[in-house]
Amino acid sequence: MSERLTRDGVAHVARLARLSLTEAELDTYTEQLGAVLDFAADVAALDLADVAPTSHPIELANVLRPDVVGPCLDRAEVLAEAPSVEDDRFRVPAILGEEP
Amino acid sequence: MTSVPATAVAIAAAVRAGEVSAREVLDAHLAVIDERETDVHAFNLVLADEARVAATEVDRRVSVGEDPGPLAGVPVALKDNLCTRGIPTTCSSRILDGWRPPYDATVVSRVVAAGGIVMGKTNLDEFAMGSSTENSAFGPTRNPRDLDRVPGGSSGGSAAAVAAGFAPLSLGSDTGGSIRQPAALCGVVGVKPTYGLVSRYGLMAFASSLDQIGPFSTTVADSALLLEAIGGHDPRDSTSIAEPLAALTSVLDRGVAGLRVGLVSELMGEGIAPDVLARVHEAAAALVAAGAEIGEVSVPATSYGLSAYYLIAPAEASSNLARYDGVRFGLRVDAATTAEMNEATRTAGFGDEVKRRIMLGTYALSAGYYDAYYGQALKVRTLIVRDFAAAYERFDLLLAPTSPTTAFRFGAKTADPLSMYLNDVCTIPSNLAGHPAMSVPFGPGADGLPVGVQLLAPALGEATMFRAAAVVEAAAPALTEVAR
Amino acid sequence: MTAVNLTHEPIEGEHFHVTSATTGDVWEIVVGLEVHCELATATKLFCSCPNHFGSEPNTNVCPVCLGLPGSLPVLNHQVVELAMRLGRALRCSVEPSVFARKNYFYPDMPKDYQVSQFDRPINVDGWLDLPDGTRVGVERAHIEEDTGKNTHAGGSGRIHGADYSLVDYNRAGVPLVEIVGRPHIRHPDQAKAYVDELRAILLATGASDAKMEEGSLRVDANVSVRRVGDTALGTRCEVKNLNSLRSLGRAIEYEARRQVDLLETGERVKQETRHWDEGAGRTRPGRSKEEAEDYRYFQEPDLVPLVPGPEWIAAVDAAMPELPAARRARLAETAGVTPAEAAIAVSRDLDGLAAAAIGAGGDPGRILTHVEHNLAVDGAGNLDPIHLAALVGLELDGKLTATQAKSVLAEMVATGEHPEAIAEAMGFEAMDTSALEGVLDGIVAGCPDEWVGYCEGDDKRRAKLQGFFVGKVMKATKGQADGKVVTALLEQRRVGAI
Repeated sequence: MSERLTRDGVAHVARLARLSLTEAELDTYTEQLGAVLDFAADVAALDLADVAPTSHPIELANVLRPDVVGPCLDRAEVLAEAPSVEDDRFRVPAILGEEP
Repeated sequence: MTSVPATAVAIAAAVRAGEVSAREVLDAHLAVIDERETDVHAFNLVLADEARVAATEVDRRVSVGEDPGPLAGVPVALKDNLCTRGIPTTCSSRILDGWRPPYDATVVSRVVAAGGIVMGKTNLDEFAMGSSTENSAFGPTRNPRDLDRVPGGSSGGSAAAVAAGFAPLSLGSDTGGSIRQPAALCGVVGVKPTYGLVSRYGLMAFASSLDQIGPFSTTVADSALLLEAIGGHDPRDSTSIAEPLAALTSVLDRGVAGLRVGLVSELMGEGIAPDVLARVHEAAAALVAAGAEIGEVSVPATSYGLSAYYLIAPAEASSNLARYDGVRFGLRVDAATTAEMNEATRTAGFGDEVKRRIMLGTYALSAGYYDAYYGQALKVRTLIVRDFAAAYERFDLLLAPTSPTTAFRFGAKTADPLSMYLNDVCTIPSNLAGHPAMSVPFGPGADGLPVGVQLLAPALGEATMFRAAAVVEAAAPALTEVAR
Repeated sequence: MTAVNLTHEPIEGEHFHVTSATTGDVWEIVVGLEVHCELATATKLFCSCPNHFGSEPNTNVCPVCLGLPGSLPVLNHQVVELAMRLGRALRCSVEPSVFARKNYFYPDMPKDYQVSQFDRPINVDGWLDLPDGTRVGVERAHIEEDTGKNTHAGGSGRIHGADYSLVDYNRAGVPLVEIVGRPHIRHPDQAKAYVDELRAILLATGASDAKMEEGSLRVDANVSVRRVGDTALGTRCEVKNLNSLRSLGRAIEYEARRQVDLLETGERVKQETRHWDEGAGRTRPGRSKEEAEDYRYFQEPDLVPLVPGPEWIAAVDAAMPELPAARRARLAETAGVTPAEAAIAVSRDLDGLAAAAIGAGGDPGRILTHVEHNLAVDGAGNLDPIHLAALVGLELDGKLTATQAKSVLAEMVATGEHPEAIAEAMGFEAMDTSALEGVLDGIVAGCPDEWVGYCEGDDKRRAKLQGFFVGKVMKATKGQADGKVVTALLEQRRVGAI
């Protein structure tokens, strides 16, 4: 069951979402998000053990495309919109930590 | 000026027949923009030069006997979350920072292929998250009917553009009501099609299982025309319906004799303003007068719709918006490491409401909470689908308000996010079920501000829905001409 | 089929036992391998960009594989075909499946989520049989998209010392199948054999070109240890950066010993990801993360479920080529050897040749020996099996020595001619025995001291003098003597002289 959303909980999801919050923002968001989750508690409380989830509003399946090469983007057009480019690649600052 | 027809249907016919040029039509609308855009701020970008080139081309084709298409010469405004190649597409957010997409959204290509003239990118709540367009990073859009009031959201700019006469047609997107609610508040027609009817390729995603693109117009017939032009299967969108689009324009005047229409009881009572309710009852009476049967129907799961929506939509959004990380496009705020750069960029680039929803969505999906929140919400969705299915065994269409109130003043609901979310209570269930719904203006509320009534149909029920909309439109009381 | 052993009990087969020098305890290694293979399709998983290795950076990209706003994925039909071939070759059931988003931030991931399969993958519960007979369970084999590639620049070039990185998205969106093996492997050589077998299956089904050196086959090893006799699994570490089979074997062995050392000194094995350092010959811990990743998996809303119909699955089964295990079994039966002994012929694609040569009357043992030692060359597959049978016949008739046969065989591969013709052209004939006896008479007479030493010396002296006499005979006959025959004659003479 859901406990009230804590400040630590908000700080944790902010980190997961790559957002940094000031102390004041942390307080405000904890309050606001807590209110929304309280509102949604009616859903959390329902007994829906026998109900299957609906991920999709439509009943499509097996949408496939043929394995045929199509046009690619012009590299110059793509790199022109990039914040930083070197050697025809996207340049980013140091990456600490590995690929999970 | 007066030789330029007012509706898209009439414009297209006149342009094709050579009675008026596309250039004239465009210039007339640009003149209105010159007059009022400073007050209304419907646009992030007016594409006057590009539009003139396009209009000239349409005129050239007409002059050599070619048919430019069903939207020949009709100016169309596009919500600024639709990708337009080479033209900045901002989602009204700082984080896109003038990004020019290298491709056009499918709907944009189809508008152009039909002869429509793309003439501007309209303002929205940032990343389509909001019900008032107050969350735009570029300042709000004002309701053309009353400049002290909101136009609704998130497609406030597209609704206002049509309401103010800047364009006869515009495109918006609707995830929880973002076309229908601003349509109601601005006094125009707004349509959310069946999920999968209109390709989402090129729509900057908010909530993938809920988003749909749809038309704004001043008349029901005009929305039918635009929807016919943009709808239909797209191989680039895996969620696109395979069946061809049913004819709409040609069936509009078939009337409603024998149709069974149900008033949704959960949406006709507490929480809805009395003047809005009154208009809905009057619209029901108009349908009866035209031969329909009216009844009442309960769709109980709709009471949980708001909660389920505010778990599902932010969850999908939290994932869809992860790509805005400063690496490949848009804003970058530099830092020593990539992770710090991601964080600095997103913190600077996203507004408060976007951050709120990203965090809410991340929480709803996170380990230990998935089952209670996101998982539960998906089950509520099943209940809503079931309840609608039961309702549609007894009725062909449903009727309800679009918005609980008429347009509210700026700042009236910004202090408490939850109060803003309550605006969506009538519109959200259709998004969760994937069903079509539309708002038709039906006279003024107690304060003279527009009221919209909402027609809801089962999946792929657009033809029936539009027929009823035409009847409602014909019976609608007039709004006073002059905006305040 | 009977149910596969899906528990963690040791499987029959060789175990690699680490015997502790300090305590005398005997430990065994438990290994489960995760193998990622790039599928050999023309286009990427969700877009029609070319699936091609080695292009100029960022030229095989589009809005979809760059994750640009507004882009949407569409599943490649051929990916499903190849994933099903692979799954059925691994004896998996093909199930209705869905795609899921695995959410995390990393710059080589254009959308900052990876589209993969989580709780409902396409292939489940299979196995593969190693040449040594071990059956290794396959838990699942699912479809997922590959990431782009980071190149680290500045600093030491290794990620931890880099000043910045450069990203190429050509590889982003390339289709992968991730094969998750159960922890049934007990020996570094078994791990290598598993990868070899998998590679052979991938090539046979056309699902992948499976080249570790090009990254189209990537192996991560989950390694743990436990005392022999324990049934519970120990804490495991995931070892990455294994770029060759040799690294795989060395890393498993290193990691096993490292864990045993830790456990024997009373410490615990920390569950972590470790990287294999080929140069140093050891694993190192990865950068520890502040908190474990929470991937927040949920069903991908931009894709719809994948439900291959029974006709499609049946078509895949009907078109399945004979897989290596079946080929080994077949050749083993024909040749009267064990499947393990037939493995090399199958792995060189020469089982058909061998079987046909045996069928033409050739001695199975000799034929397989030639396949193993002398036919790892281009063009071997084009050999006429009747010629091969004839060659082996010549050997067994004593008309060609082993050395001579090898040369003839090489010429047969090059020219396609009959061994007898080649042997004649090369002037080969083995010397007959009476002529050899004559040569031997002369040599023995000329080296009386050595002959006494050979007859009366200890084993070591005799072996040395045997070499001496054989060498003399070979010199005298200009290499035409068969060394084995000479040795036999020497022994006969010695024994007869006693």
